[in-house]
Amino acid sequence: MAPGATQVKTLERYDGDPDFTALMSRICERDRAAFETLFVHFGPRVKALMLKSGAEHSVAEDIVQDVFMSVWRKADYYAPERGTVSTWIFSIARNARIDRLRRQSSKPYEDISEMELEAPDPDAEEELALVQRADKVADAMVELPDEQRQIIELAYMHDMPQSEIAKRLSLPLGTVKSRMRLAYAKLKQKLEEIR
Amino acid sequence: MTIAHHLDDATLMRYASGDLDEAFLVVVATHLAMCDRCRKAVRDAEELGGEMLFACEPADMNPAALNALLNRIDTDEDAGKPVSPRPQPVQGGLPAPLARKVGQSLDTVSWRRIAPGVKRHVIDTDTATSSSLYMLWIAPGVAVPEHGHGGSEMTLILSGAYRDDLGRFGPGDIADLDEHVEHQPRVEDGAPCICLIATETRARFSGLIGRLMQPFVGI
Repeated sequence: MAPGATQVKTLERYDGDPDFTALMSRICERDRAAFETLFVHFGPRVKALMLKSGAEHSVAEDIVQDVFMSVWRKADYYAPERGTVSTWIFSIARNARIDRLRRQSSKPYEDISEMELEAPDPDAEEELALVQRADKVADAMVELPDEQRQIIELAYMHDMPQSEIAKRLSLPLGTVKSRMRLAYAKLKQKLEEIR
Repeated sequence: MTIAHHLDDATLMRYASGDLDEAFLVVVATHLAMCDRCRKAVRDAEELGGEMLFACEPADMNPAALNALLNRIDTDEDAGKPVSPRPQPVQGGLPAPLARKVGQSLDTVSWRRIAPGVKRHVIDTDTATSSSLYMLWIAPGVAVPEHGHGGSEMTLILSGAYRDDLGRFGPGDIADLDEHVEHQPRVEDGAPCICLIATETRARFSGLIGRLMQPFVGI
């Protein structure tokens, strides 16, 4: 695990939740108990994501198994200075969703994340800022107007193409796009506060 | 590489949420491979997914799921290894998402002449999609007919440069355009411009040359 992992411990946001970054370090050491704890928290959430995306229960269970096999095998790829454990698991789940539910290849995503691993680690200043990232992202979500949050939930959690979002909400496609841009602008503004 | 033209914020979110078809994904990922700024921006957009996953209502799991998983890791053929080895950097060549489709170098791409000063290489997609993916080779000084778009279009410059109303587009720059934008790119003198293009539906060329070129370029 990269140096700086211990600093990121303060990412823990809710009382009673395990320290996921520390769990990842233990999983790298092949600690089964740590892996179980991570699964107990995120397994049911990855399943929820797949159900929302339109998978049947059995398919969703199946994908959860595959996602966590990847978590176990690729634990060492997790770089805490680049993002939260939830985001890392989300990206693995998203790739599995593309492969299994959209029947497309997620290879281009893997190409990009492999490049990221080759890139030099961020400098100390950048790392310090990243410690507070999760909080800022959570703040941004809370502050989003409902009409924007609804759209990004449909996109990220329900795997809905933007054209379908437009149909479902009876909005012009341009409005869906501009609300996505506004949501991204809010996120960026929050993250600027720590950069 | 100095990149002046980046991905639209809405595109960053479509990439992060997994909503690009194969043609657009190849263009976006190839740009990401060339652009540090957009790679960082995508990481931010992915954080939204992490936050929503973290905060979502958990589903009921099959009670046997955990044991099944633990059995799998115990019998995993990679179990002996402490961790998967990290990938090794690839030296030189085209960005990986494009290299998968056309090989390591632009020099070995097979071009088909479709109009004076314009050659095209169509890239097959593995999945059925209504979008098309291709590369164009445009000779120095050539102006592409003015055209609007029936849908979104993305053009990523791989080498050379062109100019249009939106400015100069050189290697790594991406024109991530909405359906309503009309433009008339002109390739700079000196070197040909090679670009990678995804289009959602056929672009509509205006004017006589455009109508003549339409069946050839197919964009």
